Amino acid sequence: MTDTARALEAAGEAAEPPAPPDTARPPSQERASLGKDAWLELRARPTVWAAVVTLFLMTAMALAPGILTSLLTEGGDHCDLADSKLGPSAGHPFGFDLQGCDYLAQVIRGTRPSLIAGLAVTAASLLIAVVLGLLCGFYGGWLDALVSRVTDVFFGLPFVLGATVILVAFPDHGLGAMVLVLTVLGWTTMTRIMRSQVIALADADYVRAARMLGARPARLMVRHILPNAITPVIVVAMLNVGAVISGEATLDFLGVGLQYPEVSWGLQLNAAQAFVLDHPHLLFFPALFLSATVLSFILLGDAARDAFDPRLK
Amino acid sequence: MSPAAHPLLEVEDLCVEFRTRRGTIRAVNGLSYTLHEGETLALLGESGSGKSVAAQAVMGLLDTPPAHITRGAVRLRGDDLLALSPERHREVRGTRLSMIFQDALTALNPVLSVGDQLAEMYRVHQGMGRKAALARAVALMDRVRIPAASRRIHDYPHQFSGGMRQRVMIAMALALDPEVVIADEPTTALDVTVQAQIMRLLKQLQSETRMGLLLITHDLGVVAEAADRITVMYAGRTVESASADDLYARPGHPYTRGLLDSVPRLDRLGKPLVPITGAPPLPSSIPAGCAFHPRCPRAEPRCGSEAPPFRTLSPAGHRSACHFAEEVHHAPVG
Amino acid sequence: MWRFVARRLLHALPVLLGTTFLIYTLVFVLPGDPIQGLAGDKPVPPAVLAELRARYHLDDPLWIQYTHYLTGLLTGDLGTTFTGRRVSDLLADRWVVTLQLGLTAWVLEVILGMALGVWAGLRKGKWDDSAVLFGTTLVISVPVFVVGYMAQLVFGVQLGWLPVAGTEEGWPFAFLLPGLVLASFGLAYVARLTRSSLIENLRADYVRTAHSKGLSGRRVVVRHTLRNSLIPVVTFLGLELGGLMAGAIVTEYIFNLPGVGQQLFQSIQLREGPVVVGTTTALVLIFLLANLLVDLLYGLLDPRIRHD
Repeated sequence: MTDTARALEAAGEAAEPPAPPDTARPPSQERASLGKDAWLELRARPTVWAAVVTLFLMTAMALAPGILTSLLTEGGDHCDLADSKLGPSAGHPFGFDLQGCDYLAQVIRGTRPSLIAGLAVTAASLLIAVVLGLLCGFYGGWLDALVSRVTDVFFGLPFVLGATVILVAFPDHGLGAMVLVLTVLGWTTMTRIMRSQVIALADADYVRAARMLGARPARLMVRHILPNAITPVIVVAMLNVGAVISGEATLDFLGVGLQYPEVSWGLQLNAAQAFVLDHPHLLFFPALFLSATVLSFILLGDAARDAFDPRLK
Repeated sequence: MSPAAHPLLEVEDLCVEFRTRRGTIRAVNGLSYTLHEGETLALLGESGSGKSVAAQAVMGLLDTPPAHITRGAVRLRGDDLLALSPERHREVRGTRLSMIFQDALTALNPVLSVGDQLAEMYRVHQGMGRKAALARAVALMDRVRIPAASRRIHDYPHQFSGGMRQRVMIAMALALDPEVVIADEPTTALDVTVQAQIMRLLKQLQSETRMGLLLITHDLGVVAEAADRITVMYAGRTVESASADDLYARPGHPYTRGLLDSVPRLDRLGKPLVPITGAPPLPSSIPAGCAFHPRCPRAEPRCGSEAPPFRTLSPAGHRSACHFAEEVHHAPVG
Repeated sequence: MWRFVARRLLHALPVLLGTTFLIYTLVFVLPGDPIQGLAGDKPVPPAVLAELRARYHLDDPLWIQYTHYLTGLLTGDLGTTFTGRRVSDLLADRWVVTLQLGLTAWVLEVILGMALGVWAGLRKGKWDDSAVLFGTTLVISVPVFVVGYMAQLVFGVQLGWLPVAGTEEGWPFAFLLPGLVLASFGLAYVARLTRSSLIENLRADYVRTAHSKGLSGRRVVVRHTLRNSLIPVVTFLGLELGGLMAGAIVTEYIFNLPGVGQQLFQSIQLREGPVVVGTTTALVLIFLLANLLVDLLYGLLDPRIRHD
């Protein structure tokens, strides 16, 4: 809540009954102003700008690693074992990796799998969450019971454990399989949130009104419930991108995720672990890029939540 | 001066504003009223008129920042409450000055038993032990006529009906026999039949204790039934004050007249209801001059530039802030 | 109350069965023959192979294997590894290490997390609140294995305050650093959750009532706000109790702690099905019991929730 809004409330509506919870908010018009409010809120935050700029740079690195590499370093992707593990120097600001490749070029090339995994897994999970959440929350009954039990099963499964078991079972996996595994283990949280949102909204007065006016279930779900139920799920999705990127890197680091000769931050950190003491730059740079990316998504998610949920500020 | 020489509660020219990043909002702009012992004074106003903020300012419940009391005085038997340190002001709350809130369901702590919340008054302010304080709490619940008090003492607020919860709220406010009780819309959240019971209870308790009751409400029905005197607020300001009978019979401000014409009354059967046009102003953009002039049927150009001073209309203390107070006052009602 | 517990346990049963079956299937459907894998490149005599396969029911359909396994589980038998060691023996010592690690982390989360959260919440908008918010966001963003290495480098190697790895120094000394690393994410999360919950509750109507009763600021916070604010925090901490044990894999890997997680990780790669499934079952069981505990605690904290 903005200070002005709070003051207004204190000044004006203190005697009014408390505002109904978010779920009972009527659609369309209110939502437009809420979106505008959210935008005003976001614009005023320097951290949001920093996150947007960071993610813009990361996207550029993921889309065109070659161009950036040749712009930023001498020799680009050229490797020479004689340079192995050399520290940062002019022309090679990040130093060299084990194979004597320019580390900046390698770190830039490591961006793509992280971003792809984060975005693809979140998009897939969001889709599952919206479909299952709408159907289960709206219809209830045996479908809801079944999906809820399955959700419980996957929710109870520890992440690293589950992913390791699956990935070891299929040794020749690439990024596609990683996305699949991370989705299978990651769809539950958003689905649960979506479902409870839908359950709350299916009972809201304006949905009942629409139902009494004869709206069909599909229309009720898509036009009336979805737009109002999705906001908290979107917020969680933004936070989720960061979590997935972190999880993917963890699996790479443990040696069960992507395998050489693929290039990713997690693999670079895996290779660095034996040399951390003498060559800290091997740990530092991929960790910095990884953390900055995760941080950016989390900052965006946090900001979106604060902007959309006035009660939390 | 002896305490008796002072009125019980005197609020004079109170101004409260909220200072925020996006500007300053004047919620209360010069509110004055006087409450005497054993008397019920109604503070009447629409939502947005600043009446709740004014009550919280008197109680010392506003957070600074963003709220700032920029002018005025609040005197309880002559003691200026606004000049007290926060710690001294706290000692006054609950003991000499207490408050009943609108919605007892949210105003009572959901995770503490009703008995604990009542007993807390005795434990904190009188240093009583738990057992003794709980016994007093049972007596208190009896006093506000909660049936089977000794069995319900360990129940939680959600286990009571709305009316019973409001009785608990009242019991808490009356625990230490305060001199002044401020009731902020005490019946708004209740069913009509329960409303009447609660108001009757308040009046009964008042006759037992001689407390001064400040009744904050927007409900003319409640006011007519319970108030001895009425202060009408508009846009954070007092616009009229008079005895209840006088105000109903001969309102001295177009706003008050508008309010009376917009609700059904038994003494005006068969006459049409006339709503006040427009909406009350936002506290952030209060019109210049008389704040009511954009909605006023009698407005003239000077109303938009010149703030009307108070005029005394009768020896009994009927006062109104309108350039045409006398004309309104003497115009036939209805 | 007891009916509630019984119903919840009944509720947890399909989840437990589902999870173990899932893991069981994944582990035993692995491409490749685990017995052959065990022998390496040496040829295994067909008779021995057949005998071993029969003993582990490897030739039966999956659901029969699973039933055999469940029957064993009910009689307290977690099975044996392919090399003939009882899984329960193999894991006994390791559970001690993991429990020590998990509980150390959990206690750090409870104490430090809630303290930081309350402090920041009460000082909302001040510089120390901003510092807590910034610090926790940072900790949440940095993957736990990076935190682990950083902590090892700084506190273990450069400052030399705490052991770098291993359990030689015993509890609690050897477990402080890995415990802190394991707790880092949850600790930051608890702090943020406590803070926002406290801030929201401080704005509640009943807090205003408490002030109007003339209570001291301290009493308003301690008696009228903290308990209400802790309800969501307790939920998270309950889930963490189980989550930390499972999450210990990475921490045990980095700090070379001989715990369940480390064993599990090795067993997955060696395809020792019984160990993997047995350990997973235990972990999920802890997780579910912790959930139940949370629900019961909930009823104590919030009288509006009734277990009947």
